[in-house]
Amino acid sequence: MTETNVGVYNASKEQAAMTNSADEYKTTGFPFVAEPKVQMRNVNVFYGDQQAIFNVSLDIAENEVLAMIGPSGCGKSTFLRSLNRMNDTVDGCRVTGQLTLDNDNIYDPKMDVVELRARVGMVFQKPNPFPKSIYDNVAYGPRLHGMVNHRSELDQLVETSLIKAGLWAEVKDRLHQPGTGLSGGQQQRLCIARTIAISPEVILMDEPCSALDPIATAKIEELISELAENYTIAIVTHSMQQAARVSHRTAYFHLGKLIEVNDTDRVFTAPENELTEAYITGRFG
Amino acid sequence: MNSRKNISEHVKAGLKGRYRRERLFRFLGIFSIAFSLACLLALFTDIIAKGHGAFQQTYVRLAVNYDPEVLELYNVRDEQQFALANFDGVVKKALQERFPEASGRSDKRELNRIISSNAIYTLADRLRADPALLGKTEQVWVLVDDDIDTYYKSLGDSEGAFTGRTSDRVQGWIQSLVDSGDIQLQLNREFFTRGDSREPEQAGIWGAVKGSFFTLLVTLALSFPIGVSAALYLEEFAPKNKWTDLIEVNINNLAAVPSIIFGLLGLAIFINFFEIPRSIPLLGGLVLTLMTLPTIIISSRAAIKAVPPSIREAARGIGASPMQVALHHVLPLAMPGMLTGAIIGMAQALGETAPLLMIGMVAFIVDTPGGVTDPATVLPVQIFLWADSPERAFVEKTSAAIMVLLAFLIIMNTLAVWLRKRLERRW
Repeated sequence: MTETNVGVYNASKEQAAMTNSADEYKTTGFPFVAEPKVQMRNVNVFYGDQQAIFNVSLDIAENEVLAMIGPSGCGKSTFLRSLNRMNDTVDGCRVTGQLTLDNDNIYDPKMDVVELRARVGMVFQKPNPFPKSIYDNVAYGPRLHGMVNHRSELDQLVETSLIKAGLWAEVKDRLHQPGTGLSGGQQQRLCIARTIAISPEVILMDEPCSALDPIATAKIEELISELAENYTIAIVTHSMQQAARVSHRTAYFHLGKLIEVNDTDRVFTAPENELTEAYITGRFG
Repeated sequence: MNSRKNISEHVKAGLKGRYRRERLFRFLGIFSIAFSLACLLALFTDIIAKGHGAFQQTYVRLAVNYDPEVLELYNVRDEQQFALANFDGVVKKALQERFPEASGRSDKRELNRIISSNAIYTLADRLRADPALLGKTEQVWVLVDDDIDTYYKSLGDSEGAFTGRTSDRVQGWIQSLVDSGDIQLQLNREFFTRGDSREPEQAGIWGAVKGSFFTLLVTLALSFPIGVSAALYLEEFAPKNKWTDLIEVNINNLAAVPSIIFGLLGLAIFINFFEIPRSIPLLGGLVLTLMTLPTIIISSRAAIKAVPPSIREAARGIGASPMQVALHHVLPLAMPGMLTGAIIGMAQALGETAPLLMIGMVAFIVDTPGGVTDPATVLPVQIFLWADSPERAFVEKTSAAIMVLLAFLIIMNTLAVWLRKRLERRW
């Protein structure tokens, strides 16, 4: 694996922020880190003939929160979902390039998606608890992967997961009531508890707060910051304030291209690329 | 301001027409519902009016003397002697004593015809149950012949009693029985406990009900698992390509194929090729499976489609394999819809006649079937058979059988609705 600490990728190409050619453009900022947890090189994603992601190269460091922002339809969700191969089941979806998780090739034919998804968990845009009890929602993953041997271990795991997701206090007396009966914010935290119950290395979050009210959003954001101590998190968000609050680095996507990656502070105070600046100052998006 | 006022006036001018159309639309809707309800009511009224009589049957009280001499039976425990015992003679004697005025040959023949041929079995059963009756006389209610039954039931009719083959002489005897209170209508238990018969007063639907039950059992056991698996595979696993499109078109086509074709298919394949005996519920079930499968597959696919994709994504995101996604999440969530579809498919199969005619389930079978390999008939075919019979008494039997069939259909459809309501989940 070539390790680059230099921010500029494709340096040999001309220095224009963007060219018309699909493959030739420059990502400004610092897409690479010294010891990446997840490494992506020259990733292209196609839906049939339509190309959704153009030649994106990016690293995510361990215990880092990477925010992905950009206007609707810019491909950030597609990109996120290619990290745990959730796009596999989409007809005609094709991913090229190199994606590795701890040096394991994610798209290696030998890589088992079941194992991959146990290592790369995902939280979705809309809270999607199973129509089962709160307990069973959290216990589903551990049971599935045979992670526990005894009922008491499972109880313990459910409890710690719910505590980590900041939901324990609210639900400990009604663990056996349906998860779908919780409020939207609680449901989303339940989904997070369900994800962390299988102790993934990376958690992908696809606009986890877009269906929630500000108070629930604040709780989730707080939770993300706490989770970052133990997990690597990639979060797609529409809210720039959210990206600014929770992430260490921010990646700006535009029409399937990764325009700029930088420390979050820097992206929001002194964006290097004019497209980034235009987006964060609200000129489009 | 002026233009705004114009717009407002414009809107006002159109309002009347809009509301009129709305009223018309609502009226049309109410009218259609009322019309269908009226049709249903007419159907039910007609069937119930014609059929309710079949739930009661006419019985005559006779003073029967179990005379060993007449019976030629001296030891009730002796099976051979009992089998040959002349119960017919006892009945004739009892009738003769009741109506001593009937002395001529033709008189006697007519007199004997009042009582159903079933009466001797009633007497035999009583004697077997209580051997002490031998040599004694007791008052017994025995079944009368269908002609008498029809005549007696029509006695109060406004357009006069239906006499049919009942002669004046016989009418006189009935009158004397009425006067002495020795003739009455009793609950027709036989109707629910017996198989078919050439004698309307002895014909029952139990054989057909059991035949229908065994046939549907086979149909359900085959079509539900096959249909659900097919639907699950097509929706969750099969690639979307020309072949699956072709399969889908064909399944939809099968649902629209006239059912008699399935009967012909069953005749050609199951009887002629696989040499399955005809007229048995197993065969009927196989044929009805062919017919029900498309219905179940289509409704199951709709139920699977209705499971929100977010549930699948959630399960996949945790690392469930496609199989686990399908079995842990999709199947349980789609089950109410699938069950509803299956019950409606079963209700359809229960009412199906045409394909069963082709495979010999239209045969006249008196015995009630004891399993899926005993010759049997089914309810709708029984209705068809009775509707075709010349005896007047079969008219009410036919309607009564239709009532029974309708009752089963209503129960099944209610069950489907109840299940859907009960198992439906919200998310």
